[in-house]
Amino acid sequence: MNVTITVNGEPRTADVVASESLLNVLRDDLDLPGTKDACEQGECGSCTVILDGEAVCSCLVMAADAEGSEVTTVEGMGEPGHLHPVQEAMLAEGAVQCGFCTPGFVVAGAHLLETNPHPSELEIREALSGNICRCTGYGAILRAFETLSEEGT
Amino acid sequence: MTTPTRTHVTGGIGTSVRRPDGVPKVTGNFAYASDLHSKDMLWGATLRSPHAHARLVSLDIGPALAMTGVRAVLTQDDVPGLPLFGQEEQDQPVLCDGTARYWGEPVAIVAADDEETAQRAAASIVAEWEPLAPLDNPERAADDGSTFREMKIRRGDQNAVGTVVVEGVYETASQDQAPLGTEAGFAIPDGSGGLDLYVTSQWVHVDHRQIIACLDMEPDQIRCHPAGIGGAFGAREDISLHIHVAMLSLATGLPVKMEYDRSESFVGHVKRHPSKMWYRHEADADGNLVKVTARLLLDGGAYAHTSRAVLANAAFFTVGPYRCDNVSVDAQAVRTNNPPCGAMRGFGAVQACFGYESQMDRLAEALGVDPLDLRRQNAMRGGDPLATSGQVIDAPLPTIEVIDALESIPLPEPLASDDPRLLPGGTGLTTPASKVVRGVGYAVGLKNVAFSEGFDDYAEARVVLTPAGVEVHTAAMEVGQGLVTVCQQIARTVLGIENVAVVWDDTSHIGSAGSTSASRQTQMTGGAVHAASVGLRDRILEEHGGDELRNDGVYREGKRVATIDEICGGGPVENLVRFRHPETFPPDKNGQGDVHAGFVVAAHRAVVDVDPELGLVRVVRVDTAQDVGKALNPQAITGQLEGGIMQGVGLAVMEELIVDHGVIRNPTFTDYLIPTFVDAPAVESRIIEAPDPWGPFGAKGIGESPTISSTPAVVAAIRAATGKALTRAPVRPQDIVGI
Repeated sequence: MNVTITVNGEPRTADVVASESLLNVLRDDLDLPGTKDACEQGECGSCTVILDGEAVCSCLVMAADAEGSEVTTVEGMGEPGHLHPVQEAMLAEGAVQCGFCTPGFVVAGAHLLETNPHPSELEIREALSGNICRCTGYGAILRAFETLSEEGT
Repeated sequence: MTTPTRTHVTGGIGTSVRRPDGVPKVTGNFAYASDLHSKDMLWGATLRSPHAHARLVSLDIGPALAMTGVRAVLTQDDVPGLPLFGQEEQDQPVLCDGTARYWGEPVAIVAADDEETAQRAAASIVAEWEPLAPLDNPERAADDGSTFREMKIRRGDQNAVGTVVVEGVYETASQDQAPLGTEAGFAIPDGSGGLDLYVTSQWVHVDHRQIIACLDMEPDQIRCHPAGIGGAFGAREDISLHIHVAMLSLATGLPVKMEYDRSESFVGHVKRHPSKMWYRHEADADGNLVKVTARLLLDGGAYAHTSRAVLANAAFFTVGPYRCDNVSVDAQAVRTNNPPCGAMRGFGAVQACFGYESQMDRLAEALGVDPLDLRRQNAMRGGDPLATSGQVIDAPLPTIEVIDALESIPLPEPLASDDPRLLPGGTGLTTPASKVVRGVGYAVGLKNVAFSEGFDDYAEARVVLTPAGVEVHTAAMEVGQGLVTVCQQIARTVLGIENVAVVWDDTSHIGSAGSTSASRQTQMTGGAVHAASVGLRDRILEEHGGDELRNDGVYREGKRVATIDEICGGGPVENLVRFRHPETFPPDKNGQGDVHAGFVVAAHRAVVDVDPELGLVRVVRVDTAQDVGKALNPQAITGQLEGGIMQGVGLAVMEELIVDHGVIRNPTFTDYLIPTFVDAPAVESRIIEAPDPWGPFGAKGIGESPTISSTPAVVAAIRAATGKALTRAPVRPQDIVGI
């Protein structure tokens, strides 16, 4: 079946099967591989996208259910030369190692700051507890978001 | 190393310069192996054994072949060359040879037009099995002599006795590296019967050696390319899907992609060895170690992988960073039908450290002395023999300094809040603050750097000066740790030129860089880049009569005498170096000798809040001090220390592969728990710089130490809070509650 989704501001149509996840469609059909596939059961947050204003794990959303929705992926969060403040802060604090979790943190973190521009340490930890990072131990990621919280980006 | 530091070049060593792959990674544009694709590619899938031990009675691939869209179905009969692979010992069948020896062993592989068809086709293959009793008990395997390696270390007076004796039996569970990127590979036929392979790896040249043997191909027919990788931690040191994806591509003449999902990843790579360790420490009345006696048992699972080297690490670090003249160690790595084990961050030193640091605390208690004072009193320093091998390395080893630095970090304020987010059990609201008992624990750990026991360990790097800048060519795998940045920094500092790019070469264009493991790449590939840069710089200076190289040319006494274009007048100038660390040697029959190339020491202090009634814990802080030799990139070091600690915390309180009769019962992120943001303790780190004799600018490899002593420090803190013996990691709620 054809599904039309507005992705990063552009209407996109894909031919999907009923069982296909939004994650699969983004990566395989719409050529947006920035959203990562790491657990397929909503435990790690690597596939986080904004769906109609909510941060969701795109592996848990059926593509067919996203018909008519607006989706923002990491590819819509800034670009080289014009980085989103979250991307800039993560680079500045050394919050990127292997980088596989990074797109999920960028998207979930940007959503956090939109809903709560000055999160406390505990609010940052809780809001991003659905995103697993295996490399950094979260210290540099916390420092990045604490800087953003102080700036009220 | 006497190379002067160039002050006029930015982004050199000692600065926290940003990583060059950072922008692609934050924008989603970095190409991981799992992102590679082409329009005409096929998907591969794997049929795996449902038994930990079974005889394959029959295999009918007919149903898979009959499916529309299936292009190839291959079994062990289709392996063109050597049917076995393995990094140290070739003992694992590429595909099942008639007997499955572990749960999830690959049996057949399929290539099809799309991923779902490939998976359905693999599932349609009819395998008839005769289940056999799995050998799943490592102690029984030891009794049966089913071993990959047995080691005996005897040093000093075997009849020596102490006046204070403590004994303990300790266990550590199997841990999964759980890199966020799963195994993925992409094979592209070159039209001449060969292949280009892009597979998640820590060492493309050792992959290449095994792949060409199994495919019966000439070295230049297969080119293994460093591919983008979502974490490693040891999981990529051994072959996973490499040979399979190559076989499918050769059989079909088309590009083939394979990618494991998370559950398949859990069976698709090797684990940390579970261990059991019997320890006896004897000291004199003043607390000086007199004798350490130990037996170590590591379960290597079904196939050899790197079990021999993991065992050696466990055995040689049985005593840790302490002086002791009389040592007896018997160590075995056994073959069972449990999941195969191999490399994971810390590589044998993790298990031993849990044993010896638990013992040092017991000894301090028996002596009635401060546990840190006991460690300082017995600390191994530079110039002291390693307690096990007797090797003396003439290099600083700041064991006491790291302990002192750790102790100088202030302890946190007492828990003064009923905010559930700060309590064990968290927002589950299980634990009031009044029930919380806080414990503090310490541990110190020792690790070797690079490969040992006489292995010909080298790294090749080529440094090229072009009119457009400097290129550093290497096949060393960047797995997230920041080697790419360190290579740039070293080249910048030596050459005085800021514009440095790291270029990843495939196996046909450069020699091996060795493995991205054993904390070795900063010293080995970093050493190669340093030596190649020094050689190139000195040659250019000599040729042009200069005394300094800068961004825009050669200078003599502050005046430019040649531009970069003039230096490169005859084309790019380059220098290729194969760098080796000081020679090591196999141990003698008593485990004695110059086995190692260098040591690094670290210490950790954990503060843990415990609910003793419910057995719940919250790791509040894990502070650390570590010797890094020379801090080439302080921010990247902090990232390694904090990230490594988190994996140590995981093994201390939550990470455990549950293996039941050889079957992994928790192969998902729902059931195998990894520390999240709310589990992550605060970390304060102190960096000690005791220069290494052969590391570039004195730098030491630092990646593993953070994971080694953090686990015993956390467990020691829980012991301090509960008074329980807690001889097993991870500590489970039932261990604390005592049910």
